[in-house]
Amino acid sequence: MAGSASEYIKHHLQNLTYGKLPAGYERADGTVVDQATWTLAHNAQEASDMGFWALHVDSLGWSVALGLIFVILFRMAAKRATSEQPGGLQNFVEVMIEFVDNSVKETFHGKNKVIAPLALTIFCWVFLMNLMDLVPVDFLPQLFHLMGADYMKVVPTTDVNITLGMSLSVFALIIFYSLKVKGVGGFVGELTLHPFSSDNLILKIILIPVNLLLEGVSLIAKPISLALRLFGNLYAGELIFILIALLPFWAQWALSVPWAIFHILVITLQAFIFMMLTIVYLSMAHEDSH
Amino acid sequence: MNINLTMIGQAIAFFIFVVFCMKYVWPPIMAALQERQKKIADGLAASDRAARDLELAQEKSAQELREAKQQAAALIEQANKRANQIVEASKDDARKEGEKLIEQAKAEIEQERNQARDALRAEVAAIAVSGAEKILETSVDASKHNEMLDKLAAEL
Repeated sequence: MAGSASEYIKHHLQNLTYGKLPAGYERADGTVVDQATWTLAHNAQEASDMGFWALHVDSLGWSVALGLIFVILFRMAAKRATSEQPGGLQNFVEVMIEFVDNSVKETFHGKNKVIAPLALTIFCWVFLMNLMDLVPVDFLPQLFHLMGADYMKVVPTTDVNITLGMSLSVFALIIFYSLKVKGVGGFVGELTLHPFSSDNLILKIILIPVNLLLEGVSLIAKPISLALRLFGNLYAGELIFILIALLPFWAQWALSVPWAIFHILVITLQAFIFMMLTIVYLSMAHEDSH
Repeated sequence: MNINLTMIGQAIAFFIFVVFCMKYVWPPIMAALQERQKKIADGLAASDRAARDLELAQEKSAQELREAKQQAAALIEQANKRANQIVEASKDDARKEGEKLIEQAKAEIEQERNQARDALRAEVAAIAVSGAEKILETSVDASKHNEMLDKLAAEL
């Protein structure tokens, strides 16, 4: 554990970034890159200078790996799915699927083949990504440090890119189903003619910008709040684990164990909330409420 | 907290996982669940039906037993009646036979008596003839006649 506490924390919050450095950029070690190059960032400054054209290798790697664990596990159960006496894995998978199916059926009453599998994927995947928070904070980064990686952030959901990537996908689905169910006119009408409406045509036209502003904000707020809620909760949880890790090793368990136990609730709850809100938003997109 | 390509990468991965889940995970497990549900419902219905069948069979067997008992009772009664009839009939026959025998015996006795009477008559005639001869040969003596007639009468 080299450096001061602040350095330790910053190091733990830095993603392993692979990105494009512009030509003529002076790197941390003083060398200057002749032309634009794709490389791993050596410090936080480099990572942020890479701008949009950069990938968080660790977040994406862990997220894809955990997603693969989910699909492979569930695919194995699905392949051997039998209506006879189910085995242990099938039991578990069936419990998950029935739980998600019930949640979807309670909220969404239309017919849609996407929502239930989508909700299942979100719940299991987000849960697995959150679960990485319970791995001791220094364990995996140290392991990867030995293998040569400078930075390693193992909890994908503490990366706002990951949560935004998911929530914006959900947002795209909201727009898609709104347009599909209500049509372009219906969707635009929903955004412009409510909540304030009038029988007077002129007043109606005057109210359009107001309505658009209100409805537009509430529409945009959906993916942002979805992403930031998950990110914020997990980031805060991770930060507290990092702070606990600053204590002397013999005292850490007194705080980290209770926090980890409490965190089991948080990670499950956040995965559930992300799933439930997705279902709610998509069922709202299917309803002609006005 | 840099916003970068990671977001797009995550969105692509998300899309792929959701499509995979939708195509290869959700349908088979849902199908298995529904099939099991149907099987259990069928099994319960079958057990209900079996219980009902059992009840019916028990009822039926009880009824058949009752009928069999009735039939047996009827048969026994019939047999008793028949036996009585047979006994009565044989009694009748025996009585008739006896009467016939008696009748026959009587007839025979009658016949024999007639024969005996005929034989007696013939003998009486012969005796009368022989008596008459004797009377003709000797003098007719009233006392002797009487004596002879007494003898005759005794002989009859």
